Amino acid sequence: MRPATVVTGMGVVAPTGFGAREHWANTVRGVSAIGRITRFNPERYTSKLAGEITGFVPREHLPGRLLPQTDYMTQLALVAADWALRDAAIDPSTLPEFGMGVVTASSAGGFEFGHRELEKLWSKGPEHVSAYQSFAWFYAVNTGQISIRHGMRGPSGVVVTGQAGGLDAVAQARRALREGIPAMIGGAVDGSPCPWGWVAQLASGRISTSEDPTRAYLPFDTDAAGYVPGDGGALFVLESEDTARVRGASLWHGEIAGYAATFDPAPGSGRPPTLRQAIELALTEAGLAPGEVGVVFADGAGLPELDRIEADALRAVFGPYGVPVTVPKTMTGRLSAGGAALDLATALLTLRHGEIPPTANVSNPVPEYELDLVLRPRQVAAGAALVVARGHGGFNAAMVVTRRRRSARYDKKEDNIERVNTDQPDQYNA
Amino acid sequence: MSGLTLTSLINIMRECAGDNEGIDFRSDILDVDFDALGYDSIALLETAGYIQREYGVHLADDVLTTARTPRELLSLVNDAIGGSV
Repeated sequence: MRPATVVTGMGVVAPTGFGAREHWANTVRGVSAIGRITRFNPERYTSKLAGEITGFVPREHLPGRLLPQTDYMTQLALVAADWALRDAAIDPSTLPEFGMGVVTASSAGGFEFGHRELEKLWSKGPEHVSAYQSFAWFYAVNTGQISIRHGMRGPSGVVVTGQAGGLDAVAQARRALREGIPAMIGGAVDGSPCPWGWVAQLASGRISTSEDPTRAYLPFDTDAAGYVPGDGGALFVLESEDTARVRGASLWHGEIAGYAATFDPAPGSGRPPTLRQAIELALTEAGLAPGEVGVVFADGAGLPELDRIEADALRAVFGPYGVPVTVPKTMTGRLSAGGAALDLATALLTLRHGEIPPTANVSNPVPEYELDLVLRPRQVAAGAALVVARGHGGFNAAMVVTRRRRSARYDKKEDNIERVNTDQPDQYNA
Repeated sequence: MSGLTLTSLINIMRECAGDNEGIDFRSDILDVDFDALGYDSIALLETAGYIQREYGVHLADDVLTTARTPRELLSLVNDAIGGSV
């Protein structure tokens, strides 16, 4: 049996909270962070709402040398990585030279940085464009900057699969662990809060044009008519259970028990979508029957056709009203690749705290979907959670997380504790 | 255009490539390697771009990267300024 992949650290940067603790406190109470865009003037655009992170002052968290060369979302990712490492109480410098790697996911790279440099290019000329543009825009830049900052020279890369990327990156990190790498950082922090990034998203035709924050993003609702974008995400320290124990860690957030990714057939092929297979394959790998999953964090596209496809898949696997389903993204908007990573963090926090965060603002679920949509916080004693994510263009991913391994192999008394570093007085950790 | 001073160069580098909190810029850093000051080759490129805009001197990338210390960079820039008048 392959050793389990355990999550020993998490760093959360989300509209709902700066740090896992604040994110959880707001999310479990259904406090939405969606509002009118403040990072640029949205007046002339057809959509004006987003889930923004407020109050982030990069200089308070990062060395000055990094600031001129990093996009906003890279600065957020560097902070999330710092917190995840601190939460895991792991020091990369104590590992072998190639003992720790980084896999992140990204949907657009450093768009806001690129927006500024493009503006200089056409208004002042090419000699005004920053040399740092050469990499600051790039999809892989978060991985690169985290790797350099912490000396992580192990297997590293970036996954570009839209919203599914948040799960795909964690899965790619897990592959490296299974090949013997002691520790990995995986996850995603994403967002392109600038006019250039905004018009690129508007072109999809999927962004809500509502100006009412409570009505703009209503997945699975009869009034679903698009979604609200947002910025942020989560990064995790992932380790093989065996190596985590060797370094003395015996407490963690949970286990990545199952994962699968599928790709939809081409439009017009007449063949059905493959989301259901992704969910079934992830459950199979986890060794769990559908009835053993206590909560599903749905993708929740917020568009009727996509909502129906997801509802069909969940109903086929779990049965009508067969499992509690929630979409906490209704409080943050969809964070591109960061969204699924944030859902993974929220799923782990849900298992720990025994309470399911609600799907905010949704009041009239489509009856034909037959989903047990969680509209108010709900107590649950769940041992496993499923996270579903889809990326534009046919990407499907499903990941199962559990509180701890079900095998009796490690059934020792310390397994009664799931918390990581409970004695660490860290305001940013839950 | 008058020549580039060490003080101006340091201000430009901090502006372009960021502060390095670990370095005391008031100390004598004229002959300290850029590496030791925390500035890599891209930081130098960024600095050279600023100098080109403000002082009107162009340093080719392969010439620029031969400068390993502030003294060597100042010499390259000021020679170019002198040669252009």
